[in-house]
Amino acid sequence: MKDFIIPNWDETDMGTPASKATEQVTLTIDGFPVTVPAGTSVMRASAEAGIQVPKLCATDSLEAFGSCRLCVVEIEGRRGTPASCTTPVAEGMVVHTHSPKVKKIRKGVMELYISDHPLDCLTCSANGDCELQDMAGAVGLRDVRYEGVENHFEVRQNGEANARYIPKDDSNPYFSYDPAKCIVCSRCVRACEETQGTFALTIEGSGFDSRVSFGAKSDNALASDCVSCGACVAACPTATLQEKSVIEIGTPERSVITTCAYCGVGCSFKAEMRGDEVVRMTPWKHGKANRGHSCVKGRFAYGYASHNDRILNPMIRDTIDQPWREVSWDEAIAFTATKLRGIQEQHGVRSIGGITSSRCTNEETYLVQKLIRAVFGNNNTDTCARVCHSPTGYGLGKAFGTSAGTQDFDSVEHTDVVIVIGANPTDGHPVFASRLKKRLRAGAKLIVIDPRRIDLVRSAHIEAAHHLPLRPGTNVAVLSSISHVIVTEGLYDEAFIRERCDWDEFADYAAFISDARHSPEATALLTGVPADAIREAARLFATGGNGAIYYGLGVTEHSQGSTTVMAIANLAMMTGNLGRPGVGVNPLRGQNNVQGACDMGSFPHELPGYRHVSDPAVRDVFDKLWGSKIDPEPGLRIPNMLDAAVDGTFKGLYVQGEDILQSDPDTKHVSAGLAAMDCVIVQDLFLNETANYAHVFLPGSTFLEKDGTFTNAERRINRVRKVMQPRNGYADWEITQLLANAMGAGWTYTHPSQVMDEIAATTPSFANVSYELLEERGSVQWPCNEAAPDGTPLMHIDGFARGRGRFIVTEYIATEEKTGPRFPLLLTTGRILSQYNVGAQTRRTENVVWHDQDVLEVHPQDAEVRGIKDGQWVRLASRTGETSLRATITDRVSPGVVYTTFHHPDTQANVITTDFSDWATNCPEYKVTAVQVAASNGPTEWQEDYAAHAAQSRRILPAAE
Amino acid sequence: MTTPSHIGTEEKLVRMANQIAGFFATQPKASQAEETAAHIRAFWDPRMRAQLSKLLATDANGLSPLARAAAEHLEQSEQV
Ligand code: SF4
Ligand code: SF4
Ligand code: SF4
Ligand code: FES
Repeated sequence: MKDFIIPNWDETDMGTPASKATEQVTLTIDGFPVTVPAGTSVMRASAEAGIQVPKLCATDSLEAFGSCRLCVVEIEGRRGTPASCTTPVAEGMVVHTHSPKVKKIRKGVMELYISDHPLDCLTCSANGDCELQDMAGAVGLRDVRYEGVENHFEVRQNGEANARYIPKDDSNPYFSYDPAKCIVCSRCVRACEETQGTFALTIEGSGFDSRVSFGAKSDNALASDCVSCGACVAACPTATLQEKSVIEIGTPERSVITTCAYCGVGCSFKAEMRGDEVVRMTPWKHGKANRGHSCVKGRFAYGYASHNDRILNPMIRDTIDQPWREVSWDEAIAFTATKLRGIQEQHGVRSIGGITSSRCTNEETYLVQKLIRAVFGNNNTDTCARVCHSPTGYGLGKAFGTSAGTQDFDSVEHTDVVIVIGANPTDGHPVFASRLKKRLRAGAKLIVIDPRRIDLVRSAHIEAAHHLPLRPGTNVAVLSSISHVIVTEGLYDEAFIRERCDWDEFADYAAFISDARHSPEATALLTGVPADAIREAARLFATGGNGAIYYGLGVTEHSQGSTTVMAIANLAMMTGNLGRPGVGVNPLRGQNNVQGACDMGSFPHELPGYRHVSDPAVRDVFDKLWGSKIDPEPGLRIPNMLDAAVDGTFKGLYVQGEDILQSDPDTKHVSAGLAAMDCVIVQDLFLNETANYAHVFLPGSTFLEKDGTFTNAERRINRVRKVMQPRNGYADWEITQLLANAMGAGWTYTHPSQVMDEIAATTPSFANVSYELLEERGSVQWPCNEAAPDGTPLMHIDGFARGRGRFIVTEYIATEEKTGPRFPLLLTTGRILSQYNVGAQTRRTENVVWHDQDVLEVHPQDAEVRGIKDGQWVRLASRTGETSLRATITDRVSPGVVYTTFHHPDTQANVITTDFSDWATNCPEYKVTAVQVAASNGPTEWQEDYAAHAAQSRRILPAAE
Repeated sequence: MTTPSHIGTEEKLVRMANQIAGFFATQPKASQAEETAAHIRAFWDPRMRAQLSKLLATDANGLSPLARAAAEHLEQSEQV
């Protein structure tokens, strides 16, 4: 079946990581000549030659450790039997992997291991998936001579409790730790250190007494530092660390390569299946974004797909105070089409619009904007990228000529100095964070610019060289000060600027930035960052080697979001940090397909490929293919749609896979806008908050139920593959097609690959992209066309997309949202590891054990003057509204700053946020709100009303006979 | 409760126009009004531009001098 093809990538465990050396070495193994890069282990060289040396403590995702001695070999001219995993190859070496001597040693080693291991293979959850079992077979172990000796696995021994026995730890919701089965190979410990970088596991004790432990002896897995990334579980050769789903369901029988649907890292996974049930999701070692690693969300939090709350039948209602009525797909689609056309007849062509989803596939997003442009006949399309990375598009577009990150994730391996600004990678982009931390442990320097002391500032074996804890809203001032230091101290890269940018333009910029008002001494009062810290950070970045800048929503979600992006571009250009590995400007995208949603023409002024709708030549390309007449006028952006709705000129909205009521700022304004519309259509998995105001609910499908592509933060187009039939009946792209056809479109797509072909035919940066190419390559980074047939891992190598890079003057302009006597504190918002965005999916998984409610972080000083205690309910009020949540007292935030997440609808942090927005793109200013905090007794009246209203609007009538 | 963030669409348009003008006012070029107008032309839907144009007729509209100049420029260019 076409859908189930897995690219033919070799999954063999080569034992040790590949060597990056270029020099080649030839040796002989069991009589076969083998040529491998210098530095390769004898074990890996053997594997290259097709010879599997038995092994237990080695695996190719980790550095060799050499503890089990199962992999011993004989090497001519050398004494003894060295471990092949820790012995590097040498020119002319002659190796014997299967001599009588090593065979005997291996049998002995296995016998010892097995004597301390229960012989319950038949009923063991790892039966058929256990390396200990495999190795016992491989070395020909037939009997074990040590019976009745001391062991770790028997609960009782000689009639007494066995003091060595440790019971199973089931505290983690997703995997169990059964010490009785542990062979102490330390693969888990090394995975936690090397791959994940959390250092949650240690080996305690020594010799026969050594045991794996989650930190302090009393700790269990859940209470430890463990972040549940699953790296140790994947590395464990036995059933000791095992997914609970495997224990429950059994071992998988097939697997399909697909892409995580959570964050913008875009990790590749193997969906391991039994029938149409997912047994487990394991990170795919050939995935180029994640290189075999994962985080708790993609690895474990997929249970929402089969959650009871999922709506599987379409529903309609005439008014939003009525209960929902379940209807057939035909009736729902006809009802919707009639309503939308009716609105257009009465209020004009431009009175309806739609919102594409950053969670859906590129193909689905492309079809939604096509529906709006070709069938609705206007450009009222927008996407939730509006509320996160629209300033990236604008800012980088102006500076470089393309609206995307410049590097691939591999680039971080070549970085010497990293600036992380307004991003919290360990929580928001965990797999990238692990790769970054690995580089930092290897010696790269880190500068963190963030109001909050994020985990990266100080965690196991990581310490930032500088943390600049700026006041929320002063990004431009801080970045300008850094540039001021670089320019006035002459630390800029003149050769790069002369070659790649316009020197006169730089001279203008230099004159601007050299002014004393940008000096760190002048801005310190404003930003709260000591001048010395800025000077040192600037010098480090300019002179420390390859410098890379990674940023997130703490940059974009400000009234000067676009200006900050330009300031970042300036900084990268003046230090010559573009166009090679280890450098660059790297926006960390929030949702899985934010990049794709932007690429696919979701914005009201841009057709796919970032081309303005006013360009007749571009419109013509689409009009010819679509038989349409695209409106040359830009359409409404989300906040404009809501304003127009309140004004009565915008009446109908098709929302695919977004929850604007919860995710957009100023909840009351959003609900007023939605309530003013005649037809709101929500297509989603669950009755989300927006659906409280909807007239039509079209049940959506999950990423497991459809084919398509996601584009991650490195512009990497990854395949999403269908592993089961849509439980709701249709993939999302099919639903959009049904609606389009009910409105007279006559579309005939039968597979998303045809949509990709249409994208390639119309969009130059995708010209060579096809499903065939993706099958062959696994993934590809756009631009992928005649000029770059293999795609483009690094952008701007020889020149910028726009020709010369442009320095843009970035003057700091304070936001209008200001603190005062009534609202003396600044609220800033963010996210945490276990939850995702509005939480609709993660709240419906076991991930809630890590975060069951949003809490407000308050500095001890601010708490003390207000008499607030840790864990107490507090009232959080801004000029816009108020809500209540529990406080947690911490010095992670500076005095004067409070912080919360927005994962739970009960908290509705966005009741507080204002509708101030980025000057260029209207990206809302989530990151700065003036607030007051006071002790309180519990939820506010508004929260209770809201909960009651939500319950009311979610009533569903029993299906009619 | 009227608060700075709960304002009508017109006031919001004024705020947005002033913000855009605020950025272009910092740019060295002599073409600040044109650039501001071009930005609005590129990103605002026709009904928003029409509202802005209507606002020009009122005196106390709150537009900054540059935003005003841009709106006038825009009005002229849309008429041709
Ligand atoms: S799940 Fe991840 S963080 Fe937890 S112990 Fe295993 S490797 Fe470490
Ligand atoms: S838990 Fe697994 S990986 Fe860790 S030491 Fe024991 S057997 Fe090895
Ligand atoms: S949420 Fe992000 S980091 Fe985690 S597995 Fe998915 S793509 Fe990877
Ligand atoms: S695999 Fe080489 S010593 Fe364990």
